[in-house]
Amino acid sequence: MNPTVARLTVHGLLGRRRGLLLLVVPALLLLLAVLVRATKGQDHDIAVQLLGGLALGTLVPLLGLISGTGAISSEIDDGSIVYLLAKPEPRWRITVTKLAVAVGCTAVFAALPTLLAGLVLYGTADGLAVAYALGALAAGTAYSALFLLLGTLTRHAVVAGLMYCLVWESLVGNFVHGARTLSVQQWGLALARAAADPGAVTADVPLSAAVPLLVLVTLAATAAAAVRLAGLTLAGEE
Amino acid sequence: MPVPPEAATAPPGTGVIHDIGYRPYTGPRLGRAHAARALFVQSLRASYGLGRSARSKVLPMLLLGAMCAPALIVVALAVMTRQDELPVDYPGYLANTSILTGIFLAAQAPVMLSRDLRFMTVPLYFSRPLTRTDYVRAKTAAMTAALLVLTALPVVILYAGALLAGMPVGHNTAHALYGLGTALLYSVLYASVGLVVAAATPRRGFGVAAVIGVLIVSTTVAGITWALLDGPGGSGGADWASLLSPSTLVDALSGWVFRLPHQDGPGSVSSGAVGAAALLEFAAVAAACHLLLLRRYRKF
Repeated sequence: MNPTVARLTVHGLLGRRRGLLLLVVPALLLLLAVLVRATKGQDHDIAVQLLGGLALGTLVPLLGLISGTGAISSEIDDGSIVYLLAKPEPRWRITVTKLAVAVGCTAVFAALPTLLAGLVLYGTADGLAVAYALGALAAGTAYSALFLLLGTLTRHAVVAGLMYCLVWESLVGNFVHGARTLSVQQWGLALARAAADPGAVTADVPLSAAVPLLVLVTLAATAAAAVRLAGLTLAGEE
Repeated sequence: MPVPPEAATAPPGTGVIHDIGYRPYTGPRLGRAHAARALFVQSLRASYGLGRSARSKVLPMLLLGAMCAPALIVVALAVMTRQDELPVDYPGYLANTSILTGIFLAAQAPVMLSRDLRFMTVPLYFSRPLTRTDYVRAKTAAMTAALLVLTALPVVILYAGALLAGMPVGHNTAHALYGLGTALLYSVLYASVGLVVAAATPRRGFGVAAVIGVLIVSTTVAGITWALLDGPGGSGGADWASLLSPSTLVDALSGWVFRLPHQDGPGSVSSGAVGAAALLEFAAVAAACHLLLLRRYRKF
C-alpha cells in the first residue's frame, strides 16, 4: 500500500463530481427499498428480487466495473500511468494499492447500500440483509480484481467486462445452467446462502466451489495484473 | 543576392509585404450540407470501425455477429424441421437481444463523441461553415443509422429465411415490417439517450459505464416496479412500469402500435392509455435529448 498512489486513485475515481454520480444507483436502490417496505411491508419474494436482482445482480457488477477499470485504465488511456510507473515503487505494490481502492469503493458504494436496503426491506429477519451485504462484498472484491486485470489487458476493458456480466452471467447463464458455475454473481449468492438462515436465499453453486473460486480468481487476477503492469507497453489512441 | 522589386521601390525605413506565391483555394466550395453529410458518413463508418485500424473493427463486428448468429440458427432450425412459422416473432427477437443493442450503444456512443471532445477537435469543426445544429444532427443520425443496421439486419435474415422456407408470405411480410418498425424505434431512442450520456464525459471508460448503467439499471427498476405494482398475471395496472426504461418503453410502444399479442412482463401494454403515454414519452425523451445535446455543444 502506498498512500500517495491510493490518494491519486481515489481522486481519479471520485473527483470532479464523479463520486456524486456513483451515488445515484445506491440512492435509487434505497428509494425503491423504502417504497417497497411502505407499500408491501415485509415481503420475502420482492426483497430477494430487489437485493438479488438490483443490488447483487446490477449494482455490484456495475460498481466493480467502474472502480476496477477506472482505477487503472483511464490512466493507461491518457498515458499518465508512465509518471506513476517511473517512480521507484514496485509494480505489484501499485497494483495492490489500486485494487484496495477499488475494493473500498465497491464496499462503500455497493455493499453498504445493499446492507442498508436489506435492513429497510426485511429488518434483521433471517439474516437476509447481512447475508446479501456479505455476498455483495465478496463478489465486489472478485469483480474489482477481475476488471482491474482487464483494464491492464485491453483498451476495451469496460466493454469486455460488460460482455462478461451481461452476456455470460445473464444471457448465457439463463439458458445454460453450467455457465453459472463460472459466474462471480453466483459465487456471491452462494456465500449469501451460507450466511443467511436456511432456505432464505437460493444459489446454484455449492459453497465448497464458490469460496475457493472466489479466492482463486481474486488472487490470480491480482497477480496477473501485477505481472502485466510490470511489462506494460503504451499504445496511442486510435 | 538579388533584391525583390517591392523592396527596391519601397522608400527606405518602411516595411513591405513580399508576394511569396501563396495561393488561396479556388476550387468548388461544397457548403454546409455537404460537410454535414460527410460528417454523417464518416461517423457511421467509424462506428463499425471502417476506415480505422483492425483493432477498432473487432468489437462492433463481434456485436453485429452476436446479433445475427441467433437469427441464422433460428432460421436454419426452422428450415430443417420444416416448420410453417418462425419460433420467434420479429419484434420479440429484438426485445430478447436488446442487451446486445445496449452494449453496442455503450461501446460506440462514447467513440462517436468523446474523441472529438478529448482531443478538442470540436472547435475546429465549428470554425468551418458547419453549425452546432448540423454537428448534433449528423452525429445523432449516424448513431441512429448504426443502430438501425445492427437491429434491422437480423430482422432481414429472419424474413429471408422465412421466405426461403416457404412460410406464408403475407403474414411474414407484415410481421417483418413490424420488426423493422421496432428496430427504428429502438435505434432512435437508444441513440438519443446514449449520445446525451456520452456527451457528458470526455473519458471513454466512464462514458461506456454510464450509458450501460442508465440502460440496465432502468430496466431492472422497471422489472421490479412491475412486480411491485401487481405481480405476474395482474390486472394490467403494472404496465405503467414499462414507461420507466428505454427498452421496455420501446417494447410497449411497438406492442401498442403494431397490435402485437399481449405478453406478461414489463414492456407489455394492455390498455390504450399506456400505449398513448408511451408514444408521448418516446417523443418527449427524443426531443429533450436533442435539445440537451444542442445545449451541450452551444458553448464551444
